[in-house]
Amino acid sequence: MTTQEMIKPENLVYSRTRVLTDNVMHYCPGCSHGTVHKLIAEVIDEMNIQDKTIGVSPVGCGVFAYNYIDIDWLEAAHGRAPALATAAKRLNPDRYVFTYQGDGDLASIGTAEIMHACNRGENIVVIFINNAIYGMTGGQMAPTTLVGQVTATTPYGRNVEINGYPLKITELIAQLPGTCYVTRQTVYNPLTVRKAKRAIRKAFENSMLKKGASFVEVVGTCSSGWKLTPVEANQWMIDNMFPEYPLGDMKDI
Amino acid sequence: MGKTEYKLLKGNEVIAIAAIRCGCDGYFGYPITPQSEVMETLMELKPWETTGMVVLQAESEVASINMLYGGAATGKKVFTSSSSPGISLMAEGLTYLAGAELPCLIVNVVRGGPGLGTIQPAQSDYFQATKGGGHGDYRLIVLAPASVQEMNDFVDLGFELAFKYRNPVMILSDGMIGQMMEKVRLSPEKPRWTDAEIEERYGSWTVKGKPSTRERHIATSLELDSAKQEKFNLKLVAKYAEIAKNETRYEKIMCDDAEYLIVAYGSSARISQKTVELAREKGIKLGLLRPVTLYPYPTKAIRDLLPQLKCVLAVEMSTGQMIEDVRLAVNGKVPAEHYGRVGGMIPSPEEVLNAVENLIERNKK
Repeated sequence: MTTQEMIKPENLVYSRTRVLTDNVMHYCPGCSHGTVHKLIAEVIDEMNIQDKTIGVSPVGCGVFAYNYIDIDWLEAAHGRAPALATAAKRLNPDRYVFTYQGDGDLASIGTAEIMHACNRGENIVVIFINNAIYGMTGGQMAPTTLVGQVTATTPYGRNVEINGYPLKITELIAQLPGTCYVTRQTVYNPLTVRKAKRAIRKAFENSMLKKGASFVEVVGTCSSGWKLTPVEANQWMIDNMFPEYPLGDMKDI
Repeated sequence: MGKTEYKLLKGNEVIAIAAIRCGCDGYFGYPITPQSEVMETLMELKPWETTGMVVLQAESEVASINMLYGGAATGKKVFTSSSSPGISLMAEGLTYLAGAELPCLIVNVVRGGPGLGTIQPAQSDYFQATKGGGHGDYRLIVLAPASVQEMNDFVDLGFELAFKYRNPVMILSDGMIGQMMEKVRLSPEKPRWTDAEIEERYGSWTVKGKPSTRERHIATSLELDSAKQEKFNLKLVAKYAEIAKNETRYEKIMCDDAEYLIVAYGSSARISQKTVELAREKGIKLGLLRPVTLYPYPTKAIRDLLPQLKCVLAVEMSTGQMIEDVRLAVNGKVPAEHYGRVGGMIPSPEEVLNAVENLIERNKK
C-alpha cells in the first residue's frame, strides 16, 4: 500500500476541530496556550455545544483567545472575568460559560473576583493557565513565580523578603465549598494532553449539573519569558514547577 | 390596561420597583450609604420568583460593574446602583462598557466627597459623570432626576436609551432625592424581553452562543491596530453627536420674560424652583433652566435665552463643576457665576435668592 492509497477519508484518525478558526495564533513557539485552546475547542466540538457556549477571555497573552476559538466571547478587564461569567451564567443558565485566565489575571489582580465567584458556587468553568510569569507585558514576576526565579521585575531572583511567596491559589480554591471540581493538569506530552482534555470535558459537563464551580489549572510553559528553548522549558517545568505545583485532582465531588 | 397605581415611596425604593416593573433582567450591587434601599427593596420583593429577574449582592463595586458587562453583553437589561466612592471603583468597568458599546444602567445616589467624604447629599460627581470618570474618550448618557417620580420614570427611559444607542446610561441622583419620600405614579408592568425580541428591536449583536449560521460575536474594547482604533473612536464621536441631537432634555420654568437665569439640576433645581417663586414675589424676573440630561448638555437652550438675560447663576451642591458647561454655553456674553453649598450642606431657597440678588447687584455697575 502506498502513502497515496492510505490518504482516504475512511482512514482518517485525526483532524483539526472545526471549532478552531483559521487565524494564525500569536503565541510563541513552545507556549502552552495553543494546546489548551485546541483542547477547549475539541471539547466544545465533541459535546456539540458551540451554539451554547460563552467564553470570557482575560487580559494577558490569552486576551486574543477570541480570535482562535470559534464561539461567542466576552473580553474582560484584567482579572474580572469571573464577575462577567457570573452574570452571563446566572442570566443564561442554559449556556456553558467559561473563563480563560492566566496567573496574573486570576491570582493577582483578580483574586477577589475568582475567590468570590467560586465561593458563591457559580456554575461556571475556570481554565487557569499558570506559567509563573507575565508573558504579554514582557516577563515580569507573577504571583506564582517560584522563589529564586529570575524575571524582568525580579532580576536577581524572587526574594521572599521582598516579594513574598508563590501563591498556591488552586489549593485555596479547593477549600471553597462552592467548588465541585478542582484539578491541576499540564500539557507537555501526549499523555498529559489527554488527561487535561478529560479534565476540561468534566468541568464543562459539571457546569450543567448545578454542582458549583469547576476549576482546571494547567501548569504551562513560557519559553520566551523563561528565556529557554521550548524543549528546555518543558524540562524546567518538570524539574521546578511540578514540585511547587503538584499535578492531580484536589477535589472531585 | 391596568389601573394607575400611586404609592408613597423613597427615591431609592422606587428605583427597585421601577426596574422590576419595566422588565429588568438583573441587578448587581454592593451596599453603600445613602442608596442601600435599592438592593434591600429588591431582595424583599424577590423578583426572581415573579418576573425571573436576577438580584445578586456582589463582593465589591468592581465586581458589580463587571457583572453588568457580562449580563449586558448577553443582551439583558441589567443595572447597578451605588454612591460616589462606589462609582469611583466602577470607573474601570464604565470605560470598558462604553468601549465595548454595551447597554446598561448605573444609578449614582451622590454623597459628598472627596474620599469617604460624607453620607449626606451632594452634587460633586458632575465631572465624573459627564466628562468620563474612567480613562479614554467616552461619554455616558446622564439623566438627572429632580423628583421621586423622575427616579421612577428614568429607569425605563434609561434602559430605552441604553439599548437604542448601545451605551451605558447613568442616573445621577443624590442623597436627597434618594432618601426623600413623594407620591409616585408607578409605571405599567412590562414583561422581560425574550432573546428574539431583543434581536428584532436592536439587531444581532448579543453574545449568546454562536449558531453555525453567523460569525462569532465578541464583546470587547480592544483594538491594537491604531488606524482601526481611531476609526472606532470617531464612530463613538458620531454616536455621541447623534445622542446630542436627539436626546437633549431640559425644563424651562418662568423663562419667557426672565432677565436673570438660574441653571440647576436635581435637588438644586427643586430648591431653585422655590427661589424663582420668591424672586417673582419681589418683582425680580428670575427664571430656571433645569438640565434633565447632563450629557448631552442643553447648551443651545441656554444660548437661545442669552439675548434676554443680564446674568446667569449656576446652582449646584459642589464647589463649581456644572458652571464650566454653563460658561461654555454663555461664552462670555453675560456674567455667569456659581453658587453652591458643599460637604452635605443643602442650600435654602432664601439663601439661593440672596446669591441671585448679590449677583444682580454686582453686575449693575
